[in-house]
Amino acid sequence: MIKQLSWKVGGQQGEGIDSTGEIFSTALNRLGYYLYGYRHFSSRIKGGHSNTKIRISVHPIRAVSDDLDILVAFDQETIDLNAYELHSSGVVLADSKFNPSLPEKVAARLISIPFTKIAQDIGLAQMKNMVAVGASSALLGLSKEAVQEVIEEKFSRKGQAVVHKNMQAIGEGFQYIFQETGGPLKEFQLAPSDGKKRLYMIGNDAVALGAIAAGARIMAAYPITPSSEIMEYLIKRLPQFGGTVVQTEDEIAAISMVVGANYGGVRALTASAGPGLSLMTEAIGLSGMTETPAVIVNTQRGGPSTGLPTKQEQSDINAMIYGTHGEIPKIVIAPSTAEECFYDTIQAFNLADKYQCPVVILTDLALSLGKQTVNPLDYDQIKIDRGKMITDSKDLKELDNSELFERYQLTDDGISPRVLPGVKNGLHHVTGVEHNEVGRPSEHAANRKQMMEKRLRKLQEGIDFNDPVYIQATYEQPDALIVGINSTRGVIGEAIKMLEKDGLSVNHLHIRQLLPFPTEIVKAHVEKAKKVIVVENNATGQLANLLKLYVGMSEKISHVGKYDGTPFLPSEVYHQCKELFVHGHV
Amino acid sequence: MATFKDFRNKVKPNWCPGCGDFSVLAAMQRAFANQGLNPEDVMLVSGIGCSGRISGYMNAYGFHGIHGRALPIAQGLKLANRDLTVVVAGGDGDGFAIGMSHTIHAIRRNMDITYIVMDNQVYGLTKGQTSPRSDVGFKTKSTPDGSIESSIAPLEMALTAGAGFVAQGFSTNLKQLTRLIQEGLQHKGFSLINVYSPCVTYNKINTYDWFKEHLVNLDEDEGYDPSNRMMAMQKLMESNGLVTGLIYRNENRKSYEEQIPGFREMPLTKQDVKIGKEEFEDLLTEFA
Repeated sequence: MIKQLSWKVGGQQGEGIDSTGEIFSTALNRLGYYLYGYRHFSSRIKGGHSNTKIRISVHPIRAVSDDLDILVAFDQETIDLNAYELHSSGVVLADSKFNPSLPEKVAARLISIPFTKIAQDIGLAQMKNMVAVGASSALLGLSKEAVQEVIEEKFSRKGQAVVHKNMQAIGEGFQYIFQETGGPLKEFQLAPSDGKKRLYMIGNDAVALGAIAAGARIMAAYPITPSSEIMEYLIKRLPQFGGTVVQTEDEIAAISMVVGANYGGVRALTASAGPGLSLMTEAIGLSGMTETPAVIVNTQRGGPSTGLPTKQEQSDINAMIYGTHGEIPKIVIAPSTAEECFYDTIQAFNLADKYQCPVVILTDLALSLGKQTVNPLDYDQIKIDRGKMITDSKDLKELDNSELFERYQLTDDGISPRVLPGVKNGLHHVTGVEHNEVGRPSEHAANRKQMMEKRLRKLQEGIDFNDPVYIQATYEQPDALIVGINSTRGVIGEAIKMLEKDGLSVNHLHIRQLLPFPTEIVKAHVEKAKKVIVVENNATGQLANLLKLYVGMSEKISHVGKYDGTPFLPSEVYHQCKELFVHGHV
Repeated sequence: MATFKDFRNKVKPNWCPGCGDFSVLAAMQRAFANQGLNPEDVMLVSGIGCSGRISGYMNAYGFHGIHGRALPIAQGLKLANRDLTVVVAGGDGDGFAIGMSHTIHAIRRNMDITYIVMDNQVYGLTKGQTSPRSDVGFKTKSTPDGSIESSIAPLEMALTAGAGFVAQGFSTNLKQLTRLIQEGLQHKGFSLINVYSPCVTYNKINTYDWFKEHLVNLDEDEGYDPSNRMMAMQKLMESNGLVTGLIYRNENRKSYEEQIPGFREMPLTKQDVKIGKEEFEDLLTEFA
């Protein structure tokens, strides 16, 4: 029995590739397996090769695998583009319709199944997807019922006839494999799972769910890949909590509305990717200057300009830290798993309210859209802290005629009490112009100095963030420390196991709090390691440069970059790190 | 009950003596008092420019944001607290140049907000450059040979974008302007009030005297029907926009807030947002 395998389905975009993966993986999730799915897609609606690769395991996994066990192909292009990933005992399940053939050097077994023909005979060619799901399930030895249960649930809204036909499609795909191979293939027999109930979701869903849990009730956003799912989820769910999503005319309007809503006292967020974040930078400065909370999600994709809209990259690190003219206190956090996306989003809202400043939740395409197993989310960990917010005039002293509340009162921690508009005796003015304690414009040098210091003081002593880093420090004095951010957590973990097999000792550090940078924690781990390798999806080594800036020790810090739009594979990280050990450079 | 004096503060405006904006400020203060509002009920969001400073001169809650973005800030505020009387004020550069897209979309969206544009057809605070409201041939520092771009017709534009309330005032007619602002405040939806507010320093063409000579007061036109959109459009075109009074009002158009699915009467900011355990577990079933 095997502990894990990889399955991929491919065809033309718009052919139902997603739903094939969806049904198959939902069934596997319910059976208790750990899953990690990654979609390869293009910036178009119909046509163009698209595929979904799902890794199935009895242990937690957070990376795509190097190789492939089963490839489901709806066209020859899928075989031509992906068959090289198959190992020698792999299987291609291909639609007989296009007379499939394998490239010369591929040793895998080809099973041609009349997906389309079977589906047409049942009544609808589109159901070829379900025939493929049935065939795949049979190969793995899953029970037909496990899959059919999912069908029942997903299609019941469309009526019994539709459910019945899809069931039939699954059944016939299943049966075809039994006739062809005599039942499940031994090499694909998965070890039993622990059977525990878990969730299976994309990072974007987790962020959206976290926002609702945190009490966010307004979202303003402009559609953009790969962040739109956050907006789509909240459009669906916020109304039941009295909230709403506004699809704005542009990202500038989105962030400005978020600043307005937060000033009004409601937790609000926006989500976008690189191009949108570029447009938002002025208003992020407004949030910092007026000390108005704001939560901004950046699901990084390939840049610059329109760049690679549907591809993986981690090249907005500098922009998120340095973006906005002038100097403001800003927090940037970077979850690395879907589970962290949920909990960190809740924390992001608490941080924004507590420090009265913008908080950026930085993710990347692979984390935003990659689907992964998540342990049941814990209701008891949902804590809401609104900071120094005043909502009742009873907590305020009476104001004399035309006197104002001191919204920017100078305090030891730099954080001033914040009163919501509409409250009697809280009258005040806020402005993006430099201002005094009551919010009136003031250009006096002494005022400027003390106000600038007040704002920056808020984050000077560090912030109240639970887990600034993820650390796997197996060795006291490792040969190397590998550092990463966002979605590379799983892939680095797997590469480290391979390096350990070669006799190398390697620790793993993943940055979760990017700004303010957790210098002391990172420094301690860098000091202990002989070599530091920063693995990141960009060309210039942005994270590596940050490390050099904050912790120094530049001579032992090097970086492994990838910027072709695809996520790292475990073997790539392994080989490039290995190179660094052998030759000292990549 | 509050009077217009309660909306005054002790800050001395940095507007030039004779600036039209003084009257706009006075008209707003009177309109708020006449509507029975208290200073804490009013949320004044302003743009950037000479006129944008108005939020600092009003004794009310004031938000002075960034150039061109007063409307989106105000819309976020209105969604957060629908009990607030949200008023936006800014100049023609703010609303019709850098913020033009927000103006059109705020009109389309139709939240219950009153938008007052102090239109002086020139850039004042940056010391005299052309504005999208400047006439062709208007000479400024940025157009030494005269503007060669056509002027925006904001009210016609508002009508085509579906505006439910369009009015125009003139700084010297305080009584009419106060009434128009009150009507705007009463209107359930987005109201646009453009105010000719002369710049005495950088606009030597569109002066008080020039306006007195050219403006037609619709209050004095008995045959004018502000519920007739076609008539409104025709009047604006005929007069090249040089009219004052209530130009168009559609009382049947529902505001944005009234149409949001599940949106409650109680302002969001006063609602308890802690999610219940059962509700939370229910949300998770989608991912199981």
